[in-house]
Amino acid sequence: MWSAAVSRLVRRSPAGVIGLAIVVAMILIAAIGPQFAPYPPDAPDYAHARQGPSASHLGGTDDFGRDIFSRVLYGARISMTVGFLGVVIGLIPGAVLGLTAGYYGRWFDELVMRVIDVLLAFPGILLAIAMVAVLGPGLSNIVIAIGFFGIPVYTRLVRGATLQAKEQVYVEAVRAQGAASRRILFRHILPNIVAPIIVISTLQIAAAILTESALSFLGLGAPPPTPEWGAILTNAKDDLATLPYMAVFPGAALVLTVLGFNLLGDGLRDLLDPRMKT
Amino acid sequence: MTSYIFRRLLSATPTLLGVTLAVFMFVHVLPGDPARLMAGIQATEEAVQLVRSSLGLDKPLWVQYGIYFNDLIHGSLGISNRDAAAVSTHLAQAFGPTLFLTLAAMVVAIAIGLAAGIIAAVSHGRFLDLWTTSLAMFGISLPSFVLALALIWIFGVDLRWFPTGGDQGVASLVLPALTLGAGAAATIARISRSEMLEVLAQDYIRMAQAKGHRLRAIVLRHALPNTLISVVTVIGLHFGFLISGAIIVETVFAWPGLGRLLIDSIAFRDYPMIQGVVLVFALEFVAVNLLVDVLYARIDPRIRYH
Repeated sequence: MWSAAVSRLVRRSPAGVIGLAIVVAMILIAAIGPQFAPYPPDAPDYAHARQGPSASHLGGTDDFGRDIFSRVLYGARISMTVGFLGVVIGLIPGAVLGLTAGYYGRWFDELVMRVIDVLLAFPGILLAIAMVAVLGPGLSNIVIAIGFFGIPVYTRLVRGATLQAKEQVYVEAVRAQGAASRRILFRHILPNIVAPIIVISTLQIAAAILTESALSFLGLGAPPPTPEWGAILTNAKDDLATLPYMAVFPGAALVLTVLGFNLLGDGLRDLLDPRMKT
Repeated sequence: MTSYIFRRLLSATPTLLGVTLAVFMFVHVLPGDPARLMAGIQATEEAVQLVRSSLGLDKPLWVQYGIYFNDLIHGSLGISNRDAAAVSTHLAQAFGPTLFLTLAAMVVAIAIGLAAGIIAAVSHGRFLDLWTTSLAMFGISLPSFVLALALIWIFGVDLRWFPTGGDQGVASLVLPALTLGAGAAATIARISRSEMLEVLAQDYIRMAQAKGHRLRAIVLRHALPNTLISVVTVIGLHFGFLISGAIIVETVFAWPGLGRLLIDSIAFRDYPMIQGVVLVFALEFVAVNLLVDVLYARIDPRIRYH
């Protein structure tokens, strides 16, 4: 089944295949990359501080003498974890809200959509910044904030898909057989709207990784010396005039990861759901 | 038209009320004592008590919201606990630079995005199309702070063409506006390309071609106006991204706007100020969406009758 899906992706969306390759590579790096890191990510080595790229330090060293390449490898683990966790935390309540609002309709739908409208009035990262401002900086708070601001995105998508699905004949058929609402929702409607959910979740992982690194870049994320890409870039910013190489590895890793998820999401959309347009 | 605008204003009212409620609740629902948050971490117990009674934090929550809302419509957003000045004064000072930056970024985004989209659509399936769409995909995936660092390094440090920080006239606007506008430009390019492709396949375009009009005239006079609707929608939707992007871009380029005010206020745990900035950003977002809807109705008269 998987090989068939991949070969269809190859035919329908070559760019999606590139995305898939990047995503798989990044997951591998996150999983086993740190074992191949030539240096520990947070051990200072002042004798070798602020060195340009060389054979012993591929990405150079930062102002504490830490190996930037090693830090970027460890950073992959953080970014991937935050990306996936952030999406899961938002997706579960978002999907349940969207399913129930779309299926039951009436006042419940009205109420849910009003709240969603209000949440959507706050540009995503603003909501995350506001939450982190009150909860305090740190990775776990960022994950919660990212999950939370994803909720309205999933709710709106799933509600729309549910509204369409519940008018289908197969739903009418199982309802006529006396199936309970909960069974109809989770056993019949949900499996039929899973395609757009997968597409949007893939794109949302990219958004989550971007937001997380942006918050860390602003100093609201993981405390130093956590090897987080955004945090490494903030550190590089101060030495940009003299040591611009410090930004190259973390910047490239971040762009590549986000690009991978975006390409894969676009490819999946072409593959699974041709009606959805960009 | 007037009645349409009126109806749209009316339908936005619940959202606007919800936004004020959400901003009000923001320091109340999250863990921690709001009086302590407002007074500051180092404040003495007496000072916290004073804040609690002066802000009415000992009253029931709905009474507090009533007071907050009443103050709000009278233009009072509280006192900054950093420098004891009115929050509204700070907001008024920072609003101009942010609006200026956002509009400049919007101009960048529309100019580059539309042009790229049209070029890609016209050369559909050829090298130029592939090049433009790849670049757009890259632009969407490029975080603003990475682009900012690259631009600062190339144009600020290396070539020394533009200043890299602060507000020193028009020249200092170039790099922030480019950074902020790039992502939106990429999205506009993608949308205008796909819309333009759809329009170019229509019969009336083939008709114009058959009559011997030149491609340039067909694209600009017949196709472009019909793609604008969806482009305007995207611009409206992306204004929110521009606002959130401004938070990062202003911080990197030390631009004296709302975004930097927000980040500075977080560092000082200045909660009245944080509340104020978040409220202004959200209201701005709602206002722009309203504006887009009205613009929409102007471009396409059919919308008014739905």
